[in-house]
Amino acid sequence: MDRLEYDDPILHPKEDEIAKLRNVKIYDGDAKSATFENGELIATSHRLVYVQSGSSHGLSLRLHYLVYVEEEKSSGFGFSRSKKLLLHLSEPLPGKPPGPVDRSSCSFIRLSFKDGYDSSFPNNLSAALQKKKWETAPITSTSLPEAPPLVQVKIQTGQQNKIFPYLSFPQLPGRQLRAGIVGIERQIQAKHKATDDSISLAFEDLNKLMSMAKDMVLLSKSISDKIKVNLNPIICWALLNFLALQEKQGEISDDETVQFKSYLLSLGIDDPVTRDNSRSESQYHQNLARQISSALQDQIKEIGGMMTLPEAYCRVNRARGLELLSPEDMLKACQIMASLGLPVTLKVFDSGVKVLHLSTHNDQNIIKTTAEAIEESGSYTAEELAQVLGMSVLLAKERLLITEKAGRACRDDSIEGLRFYPNLLLEKN
Amino acid sequence: MQWPWQYDFPPFFTLQPHAETRAKQLSAWRSIVLDYYKHTKESTLDVREAQSSPLFFNSTINRKLSQEGILLILENLQKTGNAEPLDKTKNRWLIFWKSPEEWGKLLYNWAQARGMTNSVCTLFELVSGDDTTDEEFYGLDTEIIIRAIRTLEVERKAEMMMYDDNQGVKFF
Repeated sequence: MDRLEYDDPILHPKEDEIAKLRNVKIYDGDAKSATFENGELIATSHRLVYVQSGSSHGLSLRLHYLVYVEEEKSSGFGFSRSKKLLLHLSEPLPGKPPGPVDRSSCSFIRLSFKDGYDSSFPNNLSAALQKKKWETAPITSTSLPEAPPLVQVKIQTGQQNKIFPYLSFPQLPGRQLRAGIVGIERQIQAKHKATDDSISLAFEDLNKLMSMAKDMVLLSKSISDKIKVNLNPIICWALLNFLALQEKQGEISDDETVQFKSYLLSLGIDDPVTRDNSRSESQYHQNLARQISSALQDQIKEIGGMMTLPEAYCRVNRARGLELLSPEDMLKACQIMASLGLPVTLKVFDSGVKVLHLSTHNDQNIIKTTAEAIEESGSYTAEELAQVLGMSVLLAKERLLITEKAGRACRDDSIEGLRFYPNLLLEKN
Repeated sequence: MQWPWQYDFPPFFTLQPHAETRAKQLSAWRSIVLDYYKHTKESTLDVREAQSSPLFFNSTINRKLSQEGILLILENLQKTGNAEPLDKTKNRWLIFWKSPEEWGKLLYNWAQARGMTNSVCTLFELVSGDDTTDEEFYGLDTEIIIRAIRTLEVERKAEMMMYDDNQGVKFF
C-alpha cells in the first residue's frame, strides 16, 4: 500500500488508457477491511490511477512497482461475489513521492471490483507490464517529478507528516527486509528476474544465429555446387568449418576434395523423403525404404553385413539432418524392404533383436564363419567375438546363438559367463 | 577311474539347448554315470548331494552339472531300467549298471557252479563272503541284490528267506 502516491488523475498525452472500472475497493495485503472504497480505477500504460468518489485528489500506483498480476480465486462461500485482483509489488524506491500510506508490511495489494471487470483486463494489464512503456516514453507528472532528487525527500517527508502525523516513519533508502513474507516474496521476485534475464540472454544468441543462418546456408549451397554434390545444409556447415581450417593452412588439394566428398556422401541424404512429398502413406514408406536401403548399404557392408535397427535409425536421422524420422516410420519402411526386393532387409532374431542386413548376407555364411572363428580360438564369449569382429556385443551374441542353433557350437554357462565352444559333443566320435 | 574326454570339456556341464547336441550329451553322461558306479561299486545316488561328487563336479575345470541336469540323466536312465527312484520326491535313486535281471542271472549261475542250489546262503555271504571275492557282484549294495533275487523269485529259481535279523536266499 505504501507504493501508492498522490497523483493527478489527468492522463498524460503519452499515456494509453487500458481500462476504466467503477466501484473498486483497495485492500492492503490480506487486510479484511478496505483502505479505500467506491473509487474509480483507471488503468493506463504507465500507472493505475484511483479516484475516490467525491474527491478531486487522485492516487496512483506506478506500473513499474507491479511485479505481476494474479487473479484471486473466489473463496467459494459466495459471501463476496466481487472479482478480486492481487497485485504483487516491488519495494518502494527511495525518494518516492508521498502517498496516503507511509509504510506497509505487505508487498501486495488487492483490488476488489464490485461490478466485475472484462475478462481481458488482467491480460491487458500484464501486457502493459511487459511493454514497459514508462521506460520508452516516460511521463513527467505535472505535480511531482518521476524520481525526485534526495533534497526534496526531506520536504516531502515534512508534507507527509502534516497529513498523517501519526505515521511519521521516514522511508530509509536502500533498506532491505529479509525476514517474513516480504523477504520470501522478494526472493521469488529476484528469481523471476534472474530467469527472465537468462531466457532473454539465450534468445539473444539464437537471434544472432538465425540472422546468420540464411547467409550460411547460401554459402554452403554455393560450396556444394562447386564440388558437384548436393548435400543438406547441416553437412555443408561442417564442410564450411573444414574449409575455413584448410584455408588457413593453404590451398585445398583435389585429393582432399575427393576424399571429403566421399565422407559426405556416406553421411548425407540429398533431398530426404518426407510425408509432404509423397502421395500416400504407403508410397511414403516405400520411398523411405528405398532411401534407407541405398543410404545404409555401404555402411552395413563395411561393418560386416549387419546393423542393429537402433544404430541404423541413428545413422539415417543423422544423414537426414533436419527432416527427422520417427522410429515407427523407420520400422514400417524396414518391414517392407524385403517385399521391395531391396539389397538391405530387416531381420528379426529369435530373441527379438531387429537388425538390417544385406540380402546377400545369409545365415549359412554367418554360421560358417562364426563356427570357424570359434574353432580357431577354441572358445568365444559374445564380448570377445564382438571385439574381434568389430561389431556390437548384441550382434555377436546373435551370431553365436544362430551358430549354436545350427548345431555348430555348444555353450558353457558358468559363473564366468556364457562361453561358446566348437560343438565337440556332436562332432567328435 | 578313467574319465572320457567330455569330462574335461566345459560345455559338457551345461545342458545344451540344441536338441541333437543334448541327446549326444545325455548319452555320454549315461555311460559316465554307469561306468562310475560300476567302478566305485556304489548303488545309491542322492540328487541333493550329487553335485559335490566327482562324478558331476570336475574340480580341475571348476564345472558342475546342475541338479536339473542330474535329474534329467537319472530319468533317462530310468527309462532303460538303469535307475530307479527310491522316494516320491526323486531325491534318492538306485543305479543299476547291470539290470536286476542280469544280476539275477549272475547270482544263479554262481550258485549252480558252486553247487549251492537247494541250499541257503545269507546275503552277507554273497556280497562279502570269501567265496565271491572274484565275482562281479562282490561288494554290491544289498538293495540291488534283493532286487536281483526278486527277479529270480518270479522265475522260481530262488526264494528270499528272513530269519531273525538276517536275510538269506535259497536257490532252487
